Amino acid sequence: MLDFPRWKVLSIVIALSIGVLLSIPSFIPESTAARLGIGALPRINLGLDLSGGSHLMLEADTSDLARSNVERMEESVRAAMRRNDPPIAIGDISTTGGRLSFFVRDGAQLDAAVERVRTLTQPSGMSGQRDWDVQVVDSTRIVLTPTDAGLAQETDSAMQVAIEVVRKRIDEMGTREPNIVRQGAERILVQVPGLQDPAALKALIGRTAKLEFKLVDLTADPAAVAQGRAPVGSEVLPYPDGPGGVPMIAVKRRAMLSGDELVDAKLSYNQNNEPVVSITFNSEGGRKFARVTQENVGKPFAMILDGKVLSAPNINEPILGGQAQISGRFTTDTANQLAIALRSGKLPVALKVVEERTVGPELGADSIRAGTLASVIAVVAVVLFMLVSYGRFGVYANFAVILNVFVILGVMALLNGTLTLPGIAGFVLTIGTAVDANVLINERIREELRRGRTPTQAVEHGYKEASRTIFEANVTHAIAGGIMFVLGSAQVKGFAVVLLIGIATSVFTAVVFTRMLVSLWLRRARPATLHI
Amino acid sequence: MRLLKLVPDNTNIGFVRIRFVAFVITALLTVAAIALVATRGLNLGVDFVGGLMIEAQFPEAPPLDKVRGTIDGLGVGSSSLQQFGDPRTVSIRLPVEESADPGATNAIVGKVSTALKQQFPGIRFTRTDTVSGKVSGELIQNGVLAVVLAVLGIAIFSWLRYEWQFGVSTFVAIVHDVLMTLGFFALTQLEFDLNIVAAVLTIIGYSINDKMVIDDRIRENMRKFRQMDMKSLIDLSVNETLPRTVMTSVTVFLALGALLLFGGHVLRGFSAAMLLGVVVGTYSSIYVSSSLLISLGLEPQRFDRKPETDRPNAERVGPKT
Repeated sequence: MLDFPRWKVLSIVIALSIGVLLSIPSFIPESTAARLGIGALPRINLGLDLSGGSHLMLEADTSDLARSNVERMEESVRAAMRRNDPPIAIGDISTTGGRLSFFVRDGAQLDAAVERVRTLTQPSGMSGQRDWDVQVVDSTRIVLTPTDAGLAQETDSAMQVAIEVVRKRIDEMGTREPNIVRQGAERILVQVPGLQDPAALKALIGRTAKLEFKLVDLTADPAAVAQGRAPVGSEVLPYPDGPGGVPMIAVKRRAMLSGDELVDAKLSYNQNNEPVVSITFNSEGGRKFARVTQENVGKPFAMILDGKVLSAPNINEPILGGQAQISGRFTTDTANQLAIALRSGKLPVALKVVEERTVGPELGADSIRAGTLASVIAVVAVVLFMLVSYGRFGVYANFAVILNVFVILGVMALLNGTLTLPGIAGFVLTIGTAVDANVLINERIREELRRGRTPTQAVEHGYKEASRTIFEANVTHAIAGGIMFVLGSAQVKGFAVVLLIGIATSVFTAVVFTRMLVSLWLRRARPATLHI
Repeated sequence: MRLLKLVPDNTNIGFVRIRFVAFVITALLTVAAIALVATRGLNLGVDFVGGLMIEAQFPEAPPLDKVRGTIDGLGVGSSSLQQFGDPRTVSIRLPVEESADPGATNAIVGKVSTALKQQFPGIRFTRTDTVSGKVSGELIQNGVLAVVLAVLGIAIFSWLRYEWQFGVSTFVAIVHDVLMTLGFFALTQLEFDLNIVAAVLTIIGYSINDKMVIDDRIRENMRKFRQMDMKSLIDLSVNETLPRTVMTSVTVFLALGALLLFGGHVLRGFSAAMLLGVVVGTYSSIYVSSSLLISLGLEPQRFDRKPETDRPNAERVGPKT
């Protein structure tokens, strides 16, 4: 087993060289690498805790989603029943408890109504289940309940749209290299490096940006509005500049226009030099807007963002150009944020921040410095200790440790891994444990020598016996690392990745590589005694 | 050049002889650790209790009372302050209302930083973490699950691989290591956060590594010396592997020492936990898991695997069947 044919030596050397070469791009600053034309080579990314930046975990408010899902179904059902083949009269529609239930006035039409409702449901997922469960209660009522599969599908498609919207908004802010990924069913992880103040980011992505235009209900009794009551067909919404000092206003339920009909939104200034958002409608939106403004000259028109009235100016004249201005006590910043939010479309579901971590760039830089220093000191200390303990065999082990450092970095770069602060800790720890394999081997060789074996026999036995132990010890160690990787949060994962890579590479460098060095030396020098 | 040998050749320490004393000490320490965790509790970080953490770096070590006074005067809830090794760095923890929208947290951060900037010019805010109650609950759950799975997984591995006695003794020893680490955190009230969960898992990994080496040697010796009584056999195995145990502990200590002293304040708790874990893990390899094998009735005579001499040239790296 100490016989190392040339092809074996060659392949070990090549494998290790590739590992070391892969680590090199990570040492070159990104800008320099780009200039040298190797910017595309895999390199290790720095985690937010090292580069500084913000980490936000957003969670979809699914109750909100379920509510709007039922509301949409209500609209579809009403439309289906109105259809003239023949129309079916329904009443007492309720959407409480996340279910849609309504009463069919003519019992004879019940089957036809059920038939029409069924065509509104769709198969969902692979289970063959439909997205709504249709039931008839008391032979007069139809109850539609969303199925779990239907809700899951709804959430899934909403999340896909939400990710795109979030990405657009962050891109519009001009932040570089945001990392936006879906986490589980209802969460989005946003990581933005180099951002000192996440407040603006949160303000931007935490807003649904649902824009609606509704007519103000002028018939409403101001006293009733102040108590939150509105006439039938209208609703009371918060409005800071409400009439008569009441921070509320009654508007018609029906939206005349919505933000979906926008093609552009940007920051501009009105004649009083106040910041406003200028919006441009698409052709259909422009037509609708023209018609509404023609029919309602002199009446106030409310602009509503996420259920709050921004302003309700009077329509002075018909607006025919398909363009409008949204005013509402903006600062330049807030108007700009709203413009970005409107341009990127509305979020299909409200997102809230459930976890936020921001690391300042100074702390990141400090951590890199401290981590590098600790790694270098750890390597030097371990190398010296191995040298004084094992002499020549210590030198071999040290070669292995130092190579291992580079190979770990190379493998991480290849996997496009992210180095975090706990990752550096894992790195330093790996330096300490990597020599364990060599310690096991060398101690075993010492033992075998004491038992009177010749140098070659002792080395051979030493490696053989120790290899088994090393294998077993590392498998169990890897179990712990694997569990950390699977169950750990982002930080713990960063640590586990380094640990796992380190376990794999250290077994190779510490066992295979040193065995090669030792056997090449034994073959050449043929020592009569071993100094170990 | 004379080489350094920390453990002289043919060392023969009677570890097993004093095992009952060791058992008593171990039991007492373990009970003390549990009691500490139960009474003092762990100083859980925002990762696990939810809330807001602002880390501030002051130009010079600030009087904590003044910092606390400044923040408590803002009406944002009662703060808890903690200094990281470096007295200039203070972490400020505040509770966050469950229903708070992102704007509310921003407002709190804004209020605190403005007030502190006024009182302490030159202050820098290096880190802010906000974790909602829901997420922190999940993090606790995952952390506990990870530790439990790691302990069970490893115990099952060594049970399948060896005799059941090895599984049980390893399990007991790792549980002991975890409890001691928790006890240490309850005693020192160092902040217990996600990094410490990683440290606990790493301690488990390290400790098991150590036990595997000794267990492996015990098995090897059981094959070699089928007539030897278990006590001497374990003493022999522990002594034979002692040089390695000491060497590896020293190298890991060197690496962790570098991390503790130079790795920066963020990793301090992690490094401290790991250093303790190395000591505890090494101790439990000798006094908990190995000694327990005797009490569990492991005997070389019952060991019915084939002796090694049957396969003189087989290189056994992979698992045997």
